[in-house]
Amino acid sequence: MSKVLVLGEAREGALRNVSFEAIAAGKKLGDEVVGLLVGDAVASLANELIAYGADRVITVEHPNLAHYTSDGYSQAVLAVVEQESPDAIVFGHTAVGKDLSPKVASRLQIGLVSDVTAIEGEGDDAVFIRPIYSGKAFEKVKISEGTVFVSIRPNNIAPLAKDAGRSGDVSSVSVDVQNLRSIIKEVVRKSTDGVDLSEAKVVVAGGRGVKSEEGFEPLKELANVLGGAVGASRGACDAEYCDYSLQIGQTGKVVTPDLYIAAGISGAIQHLAGMSNSKVIVAINKDPEANIFKVADYGIVGDLFEVVPLLIEEFKALKVNA
Amino acid sequence: MNIFVLVKRTFDTEEKIVVNGGQIDEGGAEFIINPYDEYAIEEAIQVRDAQGGSVTVVTIGDEEAEKQLRTALAMGADSAVLINSEDLDDLDQFGAAHILAEYLKDKDADLILAGNVAIDGGSGQVGPRVADLLGINYVTTITNLDINGSDVTIVRDVEGDSETLTTSLPLLVTAQQGLNEPRYPSLPGIMKAKKKPLEELELDDLDIDEDDVEVKVETVEIYLPPQKAAGRVLQGELQDQVKELVQLLHSEAKVI
Repeated sequence: MSKVLVLGEAREGALRNVSFEAIAAGKKLGDEVVGLLVGDAVASLANELIAYGADRVITVEHPNLAHYTSDGYSQAVLAVVEQESPDAIVFGHTAVGKDLSPKVASRLQIGLVSDVTAIEGEGDDAVFIRPIYSGKAFEKVKISEGTVFVSIRPNNIAPLAKDAGRSGDVSSVSVDVQNLRSIIKEVVRKSTDGVDLSEAKVVVAGGRGVKSEEGFEPLKELANVLGGAVGASRGACDAEYCDYSLQIGQTGKVVTPDLYIAAGISGAIQHLAGMSNSKVIVAINKDPEANIFKVADYGIVGDLFEVVPLLIEEFKALKVNA
Repeated sequence: MNIFVLVKRTFDTEEKIVVNGGQIDEGGAEFIINPYDEYAIEEAIQVRDAQGGSVTVVTIGDEEAEKQLRTALAMGADSAVLINSEDLDDLDQFGAAHILAEYLKDKDADLILAGNVAIDGGSGQVGPRVADLLGINYVTTITNLDINGSDVTIVRDVEGDSETLTTSLPLLVTAQQGLNEPRYPSLPGIMKAKKKPLEELELDDLDIDEDDVEVKVETVEIYLPPQKAAGRVLQGELQDQVKELVQLLHSEAKVI
């Protein structure tokens, strides 16, 4: 009977989807999935982890865990690892997961497979697929021996169906979280309407063709209609049409949404690295020779300022009729 | 201030990736300093210029990496260290972190900088692992760094949000885009760089056990993603194209 510890992650009081995806990944690696929730008040989220497939849940609550810090969270996670001795550990490859997982791996003196997009095989035979060169290539890796530790990229491993009827034990572990060397002073939310770029099912991205900061407005409206997030090419960021936090590409974020709409983006190889593994790609560009059309499933040759408003109307109409 | 920058030689972002015999083909490829490490080098130079001290750039690699170290020296770093790893068949993040930490452990570093991720392997593990092995704090994906004595105020990017925090030296930070605008090496800088110290160390020069560089994560296969079939460029009146596109996304691709 092998045991997998899965870190659940909440954002603004709600569990992130990647938590459920991590449970699904955990199910492939072992028999018993133990959900772990860390924070100042997280116990109320435990049942949702169970509904998505966790067999039981452990919570670690402490006032010093109100904000994520690597010191605080690693103390919590390591205490639970010591108690449970899991055979495998799964985190989301999120801001928290990226920051925390190397420290936990270092403390445990084990290997870590970061940014996993798929798992082949099961249990001890599991092989992990992860992008390298920002998705220009992929590698299959395995952990030679000892505890398996992976962080999974949001939006790639399908969660299990929710079953509110499932039940499981919820227990708490008491950890005296102390000696935080980083003190969080302020968090300024800049993300578009709470839809995180790396988890968004739809991304509407603009490039130099957007021409100005105001030019992003129609793209934002389209993203809103589709419940998606806005992204950008490096060109648009360098031209200061938008914040660097929106940049998609080899430098910047790598995204794999269900639908990627590229508006006024020429498709430099660095940008393609960040988005070409999206499930469906739509390109809108005035230049029929633009590189972006080579990776697009559907293309419209035209001015984005004409096409995007028409798209907004059509999608709105589709929603009304649906 | 005793400042160290961890850098990695990587493929130029313009390069197409070719796989040959299960390995990435490096033949004829251009190499650069990992772009995120350039922000780290620039920040290190700015901190040194404001606070005094020296900047040492450190890399693990073979002699080819000398070129990237010279570039860092030309930007303004004071000295460079190349830790030669040619004797190792394979090196993962666990091993790389141990080598760097072994080199750094008696250097009394006040500040260590690195890129938040290398654009080739893309794991982002080595910086935090090095900090943990050295027993110092780390802050990743920083976009602003303000040092006042040993007090440090940092702004970091958290998935698009920005978080402000305070901490203190000694510290390891990893750079995110937006931290600064890395300078290009000037011609006088390039000339000066030729005379700056570049030390080459063998693994035997460091106190490394076999266990410290034991490969924990094994690569089974490297492959290219399947080529996408050419897509469909829609035709006709713009209004009709848009209608067709929305229908295709709804009924054919089923993503809306």
